Amino acid sequence: MTALPETTARKLGLVIDLDTCVGCQACVTACKGWNDQGYGVPLSDQDPYGADPSGVFLNRVHAYQMQPPEGASVVVNFPRSCLHCEVAPCVTVCPTGASFKRAEDGIVLVNEDACIGCGLCAWACPYGAREMDAAAGVMKKCTLCVDRIYNDNLAPEDRLPACVRTCPTGARHFGDLSDPGSAVSRLVAEREGYALMPEMETKPVNRYLPPRRKGAAGVAPLVPLVDVQATGLAGWLDRMLGKI
Amino acid sequence: MTAEPRIERSPPVSDEVRKTTCYMCACRCGINVHLKDGRVSYIDGNRDHPINKGVLCAKGASGIMQVTAPSRLRAPLRRVGPRGSGAFEEITWEEALETAVSWLRPLRETAPERLAFFTGRDQSQSLTGWWAQAFGTPNYAAHGGFCSVNMAAAGIYTMGGAFWEFGQPDWARTELFVLFGVAEDHDSNPIKIGIGKLKARGVRVISVNPVRTGYSAVADDWYGITPGTDGLLILSLIHCLLEAGKVDLDYLARWTNAGFLVNGTEGPEKGLFVKNAESQPFVIDRRNGQPAPWDGRDTEPDLGAVWDGQRTVFQLMAEEYLRPDHAPEAVAERCGIPAARIRGLAAELAQAAFDKAFLHPQPWTDFRGNRHETMQGRPVSFHAMRGISAHSNGFQTARALHLLQILLGSVEAPGGYRLKPPYPKPVEAHPTPHFVATPGKPLTGPHLGYVRSPADLALRQDGSPARIDKAFSWDAPLSAHGLMHMVIPNAVAGDPYRIDTLFLYMANMAWNSSMNTAQVIEMLTAKEGDAYVIPRIIYSDAYASETVAYADLILPDTTYLERHDCISLLDRPISEPDAAGDSIRWPVVEPDRDVRGFQSVLLDLGARLGLPGMVDDAGRPKFRDYADYMANHQRRPGVGPLMGFRGADGSATGRGAPNPDQLDRYIAAGGFHQAHLPSEAAYMKPWNAAYQDWAVDLGLYDTPQPYLFNIWSETLRRFQLAAEGHGPRQPPDHLRERLRVAMAPLPVWYPPMGEAEGYPVHALTQRPMDMYHSWGSQNAWLRQIRGKNALYLPTAIWEAQGFAEGDYARVTSPTGEIVVPVAHMAALNPHTVWTWNAIGKRRGAWALDPEAPEAVEGFLLNHLISEVLPGAHRISNSDPVTGQAAWFDQKVRIERVGPRALAEPQFPVLPDPPRAGAGRGANFRRKFGRGGAA
Repeated sequence: MTALPETTARKLGLVIDLDTCVGCQACVTACKGWNDQGYGVPLSDQDPYGADPSGVFLNRVHAYQMQPPEGASVVVNFPRSCLHCEVAPCVTVCPTGASFKRAEDGIVLVNEDACIGCGLCAWACPYGAREMDAAAGVMKKCTLCVDRIYNDNLAPEDRLPACVRTCPTGARHFGDLSDPGSAVSRLVAEREGYALMPEMETKPVNRYLPPRRKGAAGVAPLVPLVDVQATGLAGWLDRMLGKI
Repeated sequence: MTAEPRIERSPPVSDEVRKTTCYMCACRCGINVHLKDGRVSYIDGNRDHPINKGVLCAKGASGIMQVTAPSRLRAPLRRVGPRGSGAFEEITWEEALETAVSWLRPLRETAPERLAFFTGRDQSQSLTGWWAQAFGTPNYAAHGGFCSVNMAAAGIYTMGGAFWEFGQPDWARTELFVLFGVAEDHDSNPIKIGIGKLKARGVRVISVNPVRTGYSAVADDWYGITPGTDGLLILSLIHCLLEAGKVDLDYLARWTNAGFLVNGTEGPEKGLFVKNAESQPFVIDRRNGQPAPWDGRDTEPDLGAVWDGQRTVFQLMAEEYLRPDHAPEAVAERCGIPAARIRGLAAELAQAAFDKAFLHPQPWTDFRGNRHETMQGRPVSFHAMRGISAHSNGFQTARALHLLQILLGSVEAPGGYRLKPPYPKPVEAHPTPHFVATPGKPLTGPHLGYVRSPADLALRQDGSPARIDKAFSWDAPLSAHGLMHMVIPNAVAGDPYRIDTLFLYMANMAWNSSMNTAQVIEMLTAKEGDAYVIPRIIYSDAYASETVAYADLILPDTTYLERHDCISLLDRPISEPDAAGDSIRWPVVEPDRDVRGFQSVLLDLGARLGLPGMVDDAGRPKFRDYADYMANHQRRPGVGPLMGFRGADGSATGRGAPNPDQLDRYIAAGGFHQAHLPSEAAYMKPWNAAYQDWAVDLGLYDTPQPYLFNIWSETLRRFQLAAEGHGPRQPPDHLRERLRVAMAPLPVWYPPMGEAEGYPVHALTQRPMDMYHSWGSQNAWLRQIRGKNALYLPTAIWEAQGFAEGDYARVTSPTGEIVVPVAHMAALNPHTVWTWNAIGKRRGAWALDPEAPEAVEGFLLNHLISEVLPGAHRISNSDPVTGQAAWFDQKVRIERVGPRALAEPQFPVLPDPPRAGAGRGANFRRKFGRGGAA
């Protein structure tokens, strides 16, 4: 079994705005593209042009329908990836020490050289955030683009996870959630961001911002200038053009 | 615990980054193509690019899988078996080009109209149109007729610019944004970026759409309208605004034709503007009650004037829309929206436009010479696309939406909807159609244009349509983009005539781009005696699409990363409201197959045919290839395909001599160029002297083109007069009534045409944001996201028939029947079913396994949609004004058939043509620098 660090100096993570995510899947393929050539082995695809294609994605977007107590049914787009939990059961379950949480920034990673592909971590993760690479036989997961965020070969403004950099609506935010003054912490505070399934006691770092209330604005109804059917067009014109 | 492994924090990202333009859809985003060992290793968005500002969509980031797709064609092909058999032989380019020339040359010399050249989703229409014009055939258009010409035409005829990518809301200043029936694949990243900005500011977004997905899912309020009734809703909103006096009278008086007098006297002039001695419409000045020129400096038009018994446009408009049949209570049931909700939306619009109005502190001078110290802000904006326009009442519905935003005073106002150069551009600045074919000669002008009256129609001496698609005929008088969806059916029917060679580029007409796909496949193989009814088909495509199997000669195109392209101000540039912009593609990798960029091939063909402009005086090719054309072609002296880096030293923008280094300069600049507007020119462009002067300097037009918005359309009224029996050019009797209704000079709503009894449910498609047309399915990543489609059923239908997960439904229309998988969706108009467009594939196409889910369970609605309306005369199932394919008029019947495993209809497996093949085969692993296989 593998130990977690007592504390981490920072808690890097994502804040995902469910009020803004349109479900376009941009983050899904940007992640696939970067990580296919980034940290660890590539993200293989099985039977890519065949009857049952399946490959590794470290981030997937699902659409859910919900019926609120009042009003019309709604659709919520929900991006799902590793939440970089403080109490990460995927780490503690790992028999080889391959799964680990970085003391420096809290990122949960897999050391592929030590991974035996037993899959215990995927079973332990309550969020379904890990995927086994069928070609390499090692476990893959979100790295928070650890090979981008500190990368001196990238311009400073590009030192972001690929999913954040590409998100067309700006629904994905990256930062240090241990710092209450950080932009992501302030967003969480302002928008009542929440952790997924806190009852699992995994203490996820990532936060989701809930959809805002939907429905009519409650603007006061317009008041007719005149009763047009009574006054005819002439009466309406008099009132209307008298406004000039 | 062992020590934490050391992580390489700064691995090299790539050997080289090459900046070009994406082509995974029509957005034209800037991309950084990363290369390792000479191969594409990663693609992300170009932060400096005006369209996407660094972001990229799901398709764009998957472009790496397009250049390795096994579906890529690898060499020119000649058909050697029957059409559809897939029996091809690979031939050399020389053989291919000479074959094409041997077919085309005799046509040009004897009957140029026997070539029909139609292009699909290409972005080189200023080249392809110019080529077709030089050839001399009238039969040219791109795909706009089956896409969204209603949007384009209604916008141009009403306000000199359209939705689509030709304008955008003032994202920074708008306080309310309303989306009508948007197709989420179009102008996709800019709209997503904009919605993100609004969300960050907490600005309300409202969606009017039968289906609540995507943008509608994040909208703060949703109006689940019944398809085809958007116009009814919009005119009711106008009713409410007029009733309450919530319209911008000053804007209407100054910038629209609301003050023009309309002839009310019975006769051939009725409904046309009253004109002065100079044949100009005029207004009545409110200060003295006397006629005054509409463009006079001190004129104050009186919207309430009555002069010589004639009334103003404003009065006729108010009279029309104040009628009780436009009241919310009168339309609510048909729209599927309660009257109180309609009134609530009207109140929200008025609140944004008037209660949140502001003065933008920007002095400016209007075209009349009047100086203004500020600009009136009206912070309400709209966007709409195919959802409202792909109906047979779509032109008038789009016009109604433009009227709504004009009444609110928001078009080109700060906070409203802003056009992008080269728009605004009035009808008068567009050409009329040219169509007279003369053997051996070019056409005298461009094919496509904007007719002003029946005199401009493309008719032959006997009154029959001059064009194979019947564009600009009485069937579709204002069909500014042609009717590509009618070319094959008309050619096979010989209506109006037969053709010899059908030349198609990048249009999947044997599958998802045609109505009535099963019959179109039969048409492509129809024979008369031993000969095909369409004798010759030339097709250019980069991939093994469904259409490849039906062509006689295949000219294989490159992928978008292997080619030159030109995103030009001459057709569809990448402008922003504050800047004109254009861009290029260039071969960031070289093709590894014997393929050529289609535009270069077209120039080669043109030179071999000796077409004017494509050969020099000695008859030698004038352009080496498309790249050479991009830099050196001049459409007008000093004006060419690209505006940037012109002149001998590359310092000129817009106008200037060709610069041989121009493309290198574009590449060094990141693949694009922009010309920014002065801040005084940023808003009120149609009437803003600073904008007009800037546009002339840049070469967008040669003289200032100020104009007024057309609330009342004289062009439409001229056609209505013809339908009423006036004028020398008369429509056939069977079209009179529909022209009388559809050609109303004020926006009007009429029920969609061709709805049959016994088919109670509306059937729609929409394109996902992660898939563009049929191209996406060959992409190994994108097909994993959406490899099959279901028909989404609303709760009422789902429950009434006891549907369960895994069920299929039989979907029937008067045209056909399909049996397809279904799914339940509650956030859906209760009279509507829908599915994702173009996911369904024909077995064997696109280099996919014949058992691929796209082919086994994926399906098209196209089989249900007839290309002609019931009855005689083969009237197109299209908008009667513009000829836009009325895809979304479709109504169907739904019956549960229980669980199945195979969608119907199924077609024979398409044979696999010779193609590149490799792709990333099964269990592919790729790792740069680790010896992975390619």
